[in-house]
Amino acid sequence: MIAAQGLLDIALGVVFVTLVLGQFLSMVRLVMGPTSGDRILALDTMVINALGLVVVLGIKQGVQIYFEVSLLIAMLGFVSTVAMARFILRGDIIE
Amino acid sequence: MSLFFIVALPFFGALLPGLMNSAGRAATAGVTFTVSLAAFLGLLTNLPSVLAGEVVVARVDWMPLLGLNFSLMLDGLGFFFALLILGIGLLIIAYARHYLSRDDNMGQFFTYLLLFQGAMVGIVLSDNILLLLVFWELTSLSSFLLIGYWKHLPEGRQGARMALTVTGMGGLAMIGGMLILGQIVGSYDLSVILQQRDLIQADPMYVPALILILLGCFTKSAQFPFHFWLPHAMAAPTPVSAYLHSATMVKAGIFLMARMWPVLSGTPEWVMIVTSAGLITMVLGAVIGLFKHDLKALLAFSTVSHLGLITMLLGTGTAFGAMAAMFHILNHATFKAALFMSAGIIDHEAHTRDIRRLGGLRKLMPVTFVIASLAALSMAGIPLLNGFLSKEMMLEEAHHTVLFDTPWLVPGLATFGALFSAAYCFRLIGHVFFGPVRDDYPAKPHDPGAGLWLPPAILVSLVVLIGVAPFVAEPFVKLVTASVLGTAAEVPDAHFKIWHGFTPALYMSIIATIGGLVVLALFKPALRLWDAAPRPEAKVIFDAIVAAAVGLARKLILPLHNGAFTRYAAIGSVVIVAVGYHAWTTGTVAPQTRDMLPAGPVPIAGWLMLVVATIGLVFMHRNRFLSLILIGIVGLMVSVGFVFFSAPDLAMTQFTVEVVTIILLLLALNFLPNQTPIESSALRRARDIGVAVIGGLAAFGLSYHFMLRDAVATPISEFHLANSYKGGGGTNVVNVILVDFRGFDTYGEIIVLGIAALLIYALTETLLDGPVRARLLNRKPTHRRAGDEHPMMMVVLTRGIMPVVLMVGFYIFLRGHNDPGGGFIAGLIVSIAVVMQYMASGFGWASARLKYPYHGVIGAGVLIAGLTGIGAWFFGKPFLTSAFTYVRIPPFYKFELATAALFDLGVFLAVVGAVMLSLESFSRLARQATSGPSNEHPMDIDPSRDEDPQETSEKEAV
Repeated sequence: MIAAQGLLDIALGVVFVTLVLGQFLSMVRLVMGPTSGDRILALDTMVINALGLVVVLGIKQGVQIYFEVSLLIAMLGFVSTVAMARFILRGDIIE
Repeated sequence: MSLFFIVALPFFGALLPGLMNSAGRAATAGVTFTVSLAAFLGLLTNLPSVLAGEVVVARVDWMPLLGLNFSLMLDGLGFFFALLILGIGLLIIAYARHYLSRDDNMGQFFTYLLLFQGAMVGIVLSDNILLLLVFWELTSLSSFLLIGYWKHLPEGRQGARMALTVTGMGGLAMIGGMLILGQIVGSYDLSVILQQRDLIQADPMYVPALILILLGCFTKSAQFPFHFWLPHAMAAPTPVSAYLHSATMVKAGIFLMARMWPVLSGTPEWVMIVTSAGLITMVLGAVIGLFKHDLKALLAFSTVSHLGLITMLLGTGTAFGAMAAMFHILNHATFKAALFMSAGIIDHEAHTRDIRRLGGLRKLMPVTFVIASLAALSMAGIPLLNGFLSKEMMLEEAHHTVLFDTPWLVPGLATFGALFSAAYCFRLIGHVFFGPVRDDYPAKPHDPGAGLWLPPAILVSLVVLIGVAPFVAEPFVKLVTASVLGTAAEVPDAHFKIWHGFTPALYMSIIATIGGLVVLALFKPALRLWDAAPRPEAKVIFDAIVAAAVGLARKLILPLHNGAFTRYAAIGSVVIVAVGYHAWTTGTVAPQTRDMLPAGPVPIAGWLMLVVATIGLVFMHRNRFLSLILIGIVGLMVSVGFVFFSAPDLAMTQFTVEVVTIILLLLALNFLPNQTPIESSALRRARDIGVAVIGGLAAFGLSYHFMLRDAVATPISEFHLANSYKGGGGTNVVNVILVDFRGFDTYGEIIVLGIAALLIYALTETLLDGPVRARLLNRKPTHRRAGDEHPMMMVVLTRGIMPVVLMVGFYIFLRGHNDPGGGFIAGLIVSIAVVMQYMASGFGWASARLKYPYHGVIGAGVLIAGLTGIGAWFFGKPFLTSAFTYVRIPPFYKFELATAALFDLGVFLAVVGAVMLSLESFSRLARQATSGPSNEHPMDIDPSRDEDPQETSEKEAV
């Protein structure tokens, strides 16, 4: 039987690798494009991945003060995506 | 009344006229008069003690470490000048009430006037030379406002600037002189300095101090070679000229010379500098004055001349000279103020001050004629008027003064000056009032109402009273002289008499009077001669000097400071690297004390992403939108990095700032082309790349070096960690630093933030008022615009999330003191919540639902923070001292109440206001651009509305 802590460590390692990989691939997409829509979407994915990274970091270090950071990212991260999308579509983000 | 009140009354009273402005002219003037009268009566309550020879003092320690104390004293000299300032001030206020026209902003005028009055009273009552300097500068500033009161007149503006430049430079010199004096004595208190005559005069720094102080006095009192500003300041309204340039401000320099007389006078340097400057000024002013055609210019030069006379008397360094100077100050103030007011009356009624266009006013304006003639005759030195008495004393003193070993020089020049002085007085009377009545006056002259002639009439009655019965003024003048002399000399035992017998002074006086009449008779040929003679024009020289100074400053500054950010960055980087390199090569390098930390795969991945994004940014920065996205990655990775290094506060701030920045930049990008054009040459770019690479490598090297070693000094963080909970009552050190340890910094920062936002707003407003507006209105979108203006999905989402976000903001705000969070972050969160609504439902819809203007929110924030800080004063603590306590209200647990939370509320409001005001300003520009109908519905498609929005607007149109 694997100890609970050991299981957690394995899980955390897998999650880290996945998130970092996701982050990296998003970044490749962002640099390659080809359209602005792709890039905005890639940035949005990166925000989500960053949110995941922060949560996992909190679990790994065993502290809960990172929770608010992830809360903020989750709550407000979409605003810049929306703003950029509006910019592409309408030019003016506050009409 | 306490001296504090006498000084403070005009300053506080200065608020009233501005506030009363809409209550009418009479009310405005009335309240000003009342304020002055209160100060005047307050001064009079101190008369008995002054007469008894006491010195009234009032003292509060202000900045004792700097030697700057708010200490006031009232002796005979101070009382005399304060009496002149407040007494003549009352007359001027009454006069100005009738002089100013309906187009003039009377509240503004009287506010300036009271400010000036307060500053003048402050000068003459100061017992601390640093305090005196503060008031001295205040008179320069307030007189600038008064001289330039008629802002529409270019002469007024230029004259005001010239006066400020000259007196301001003099003030700077005087600061130097006063500081030297304070260093010599070891105290900045006048009462101490005045006791140290021998110490000061023996000091090697005496001469520099003397010259610097005299520079201040001479510029203020318009002594040669600084006399030129006074005539140009005559562009001011006449009440200002009468007040500042006859009775008060120009006497400030003389006051200071009299004040410093016991310690500075009597040395050969003093006699030579002061007497010769006074003598030259006196003669020069008198001669130029005679040939001036503008009534006020003539009076201005006569003032210059008389100031020179008084300076000369003080310069002789004898007790009799000082007494004569004091007596002449009194006499000059009475007759000159009356003359200025008469000139103002003539200007007011005849609509011209040009002597060549006047004449024959004797019959048309009899009252003015009597007042002006008596004052002018007094100025000419005709017996039975007060000017005669002090002029006799001046000539008597001149008779005994020897300069440059030439016994006839001073009496000769004094007589010459007096001769021209008499001549211009006679010219004033003769050319303005006598002669035939003309029919080409710009307006039909007649005597004004009592409001205008009564104030000068009161002064002229004093002129006659003192002239006929000089013994009335004698005890008072002697009292003043005694306080001028201090312990340095005895008050001379001379009596003020009209008839002294056949003395040399009488002969000189007779020569001057008769000579004056002769010069007037020969005026026409003399004027031709004068006009033909080449003369330097002061204003041209002054302008040339100023232009040269500006040119030099430009040459020095522009290469470094040309407004381009890139240049500042380049210069800054190069300098910092050079200094750092110097330190590295010449200083000692400590050995490495720390080991490298192992780097896991996650930080390396984050670092790689940062590097890729930054390099991508460098290569793709010409595509503006793409670079914005790349900046987004950098911000995101930095936020995660902050979390990784256990700084959640920073991470939250970074992330929210990132969102706001992107919105702000997108709003701005809307008005910019998508591509940045290539503007600089390849060589220049290569140079910039070089600078950037060197700067980056240096930053890397420094960080690398620093992180491998312990800090040289003990880091301050130890103190913060130890005191955060004990002293600040919070466990979140970051927040306690912001609102407590460094609260003053934060206070300054939110003010700066507010100012920046207000500037953005002001610039937007200016843009929209100007020609840019038309271009914005005619702007067409470059691409076809897709989709809804206000998509339903976004509206529903943002509306739903708004309370949640506000709740989180509130939570973050409250917990800030003990856990990551605080007012700044909460402010950003709430701003984003509001901006979401703007984005979803549009500017028109959102601003229609806006209850408080953002300027007000900023102001409220700064006020709350400031008031919280001031609150500490009531408990005898310094500004911004925080307090906290723990309370328990059942059924809650024990919780903390801290003043820091109130301060943080101020920070919160200021941040919300500043962010929203700048975002709103940017989107206002876009509002003009689209110029569509303002949207009253939150979203374009709404199933709950029966009709199509298109139809609704059509129906309304029908």
